[in-house]
Amino acid sequence: MGQITLKNVTKSFGATVIIPNINLEIEDGEFVVFVGPSGCGKSTLLRLIAGLEDTSGGTILIDGRDVTSEAPAKRKLAMVFQSYALYPHMTVAKNIGFPLKMAGESSDVIEKKVAEAARVLNLTNYLERRPGQLSGGQRQRVAIGRAIVRQPSAFLFDEPLSNLDAALRGTMRLEISELHNQLKTTMVYVTHDQIEAMTMADKIVVLNAGNIEQVGSPLDLYRSPQNLFVAGFIGSPRMNLMEGQLAAKHGAKTIGIRPEHLAVSTTSGEWKATVGVAEHLGSDTLLHVHSDGIGPLTVRAGGEIGVKHGDTIWVTPDVSKLHRFGPDGKALK
Amino acid sequence: MPRTVSTQGRIGWTVAAWAIALLIFFPILYTVITSLKTEPEAIAGFNLIPSFTLENYVEVQTQRDYFRPFMNSVIIAVGSTVLGIVIAVPAAWSMAFSPTLRTKDVLMWMLSTKMMPAAAVLVPIYLIFRDFGLLDSRLGLTFMLMLINLPIVVWMLYTYFREIPGEILEAARMDGASLWGEIWHVLTPMAVPGIASTMLLNIILAWNEAFWTIRLTTTNAAPLTAFIASFSSPQGLFWAKLSAASTLAIAPILIMGWFSQRQLVRGLTFGAVK
Repeated sequence: MGQITLKNVTKSFGATVIIPNINLEIEDGEFVVFVGPSGCGKSTLLRLIAGLEDTSGGTILIDGRDVTSEAPAKRKLAMVFQSYALYPHMTVAKNIGFPLKMAGESSDVIEKKVAEAARVLNLTNYLERRPGQLSGGQRQRVAIGRAIVRQPSAFLFDEPLSNLDAALRGTMRLEISELHNQLKTTMVYVTHDQIEAMTMADKIVVLNAGNIEQVGSPLDLYRSPQNLFVAGFIGSPRMNLMEGQLAAKHGAKTIGIRPEHLAVSTTSGEWKATVGVAEHLGSDTLLHVHSDGIGPLTVRAGGEIGVKHGDTIWVTPDVSKLHRFGPDGKALK
Repeated sequence: MPRTVSTQGRIGWTVAAWAIALLIFFPILYTVITSLKTEPEAIAGFNLIPSFTLENYVEVQTQRDYFRPFMNSVIIAVGSTVLGIVIAVPAAWSMAFSPTLRTKDVLMWMLSTKMMPAAAVLVPIYLIFRDFGLLDSRLGLTFMLMLINLPIVVWMLYTYFREIPGEILEAARMDGASLWGEIWHVLTPMAVPGIASTMLLNIILAWNEAFWTIRLTTTNAAPLTAFIASFSSPQGLFWAKLSAASTLAIAPILIMGWFSQRQLVRGLTFGAVK
């Protein structure tokens, strides 16, 4: 089991309010990703769940049990830190076995469970090494191993991949997703990388300045952002946002259109634009164009398009995919 | 561009460095030389060539008991260090990992006690020692030296602990370690280099401490510092014997310092260069 409920949770450091008031339900077995810009309070929220920070108000329930004032170890959660936080003076085996040792397990049991975790994580050949002798990816696996041996009710990940290079990040992303499929244990994952959020999550929680902007499945958030913040944050490259007369024509303060919902033609179309930078990614091309009266736009075109800097093109938006936002920044139905 | 130093410049600097090193080391060297002279030679004036006699050492050994003050020094230095570490580790832990608004003030206050001249509290301390029956006792002296060096020990440990990433301790907390489990299984092993150099420095400080050791002891608990001082007797100064006693007193700590210099230097510059 691993159902986590936050009720009116608040957190302040002195006079600084980090989390004004959060209510959130994380279902058992879900992979939930907290995403948001730096300083939005996502790591603080995770640490509140872990018990590494005390709440300033509200209640945290795990499987219906109030754990608000319980010590981290009593919450039956395991955490993987950004810096891995391995014990440098212990071997890999001792690192993975440490939670079991603290739980008072016999050395036979520890040995067996460590061997099993090492097998799952491909660490069997490294058990006698120290963390200093491992690569970044291996260290991350040891940190995950240390988390899984206790069979916690939920895993907490605090930006676990941000210290890895791009290629390894991709691999580890898959491994963590795979692990989730295998273990079916609740995972709460903090990241500022929205690609990680989109690819791994069952449910994304978008945070901004300590408030939840929107909760939903990745595609929900992508297709129907409830406000300007989510619209601008989810999706890469970002949604094109336009104000002024153009927006007024559609009865909104701001309108948004994703780069892939703009059709490109070299002969005719709705908006005339000049190509600034063309990023040829192979499968598709990102065109950063400037249109008089509208401003800069990003357009996703096919990989075969042959335009270059300075070319004139025509861009036509797919009106059915237009997002409209009111003066308060909320999406208009 | 790499800095270039001319050969002459390099020779000049080398000579200067050696000269300064020799100047600093000279008092110790001259003590050793004097200990190898006869008494008349020793009072005859400046002379770098002794007659290489060992009679002073023999006399120091036979006329006075060297072993007892030596053992007192060992017990007091090691005892006060161990006791100090036991008290300072939790103190430094709490200041490094759960600091409050007043932590910096507490640290400053601890250090400020080192700025107070010892002579200012000689009388009250002496009276306290007398009333508790601690005069001329190893226990009393161990306690005294522990207290004297405690601020430095706490400061040094605090500096080392601050270098240990807090996330590792949080990981231990998540892994179910109790407060003592965290200190015992994670913090202490990681801080071993720091603790070791703090202990080394503290042993040296305690070994060389002369103000309190001379004033609070007479015979039973007198360490080597008091042993050296006893050579300035009413019959006059015996320079050669005094030098032999001094050499014997500083030899153990000098040897220990020599073998642990790498550890000491690393410890003292810990955190200074990253």
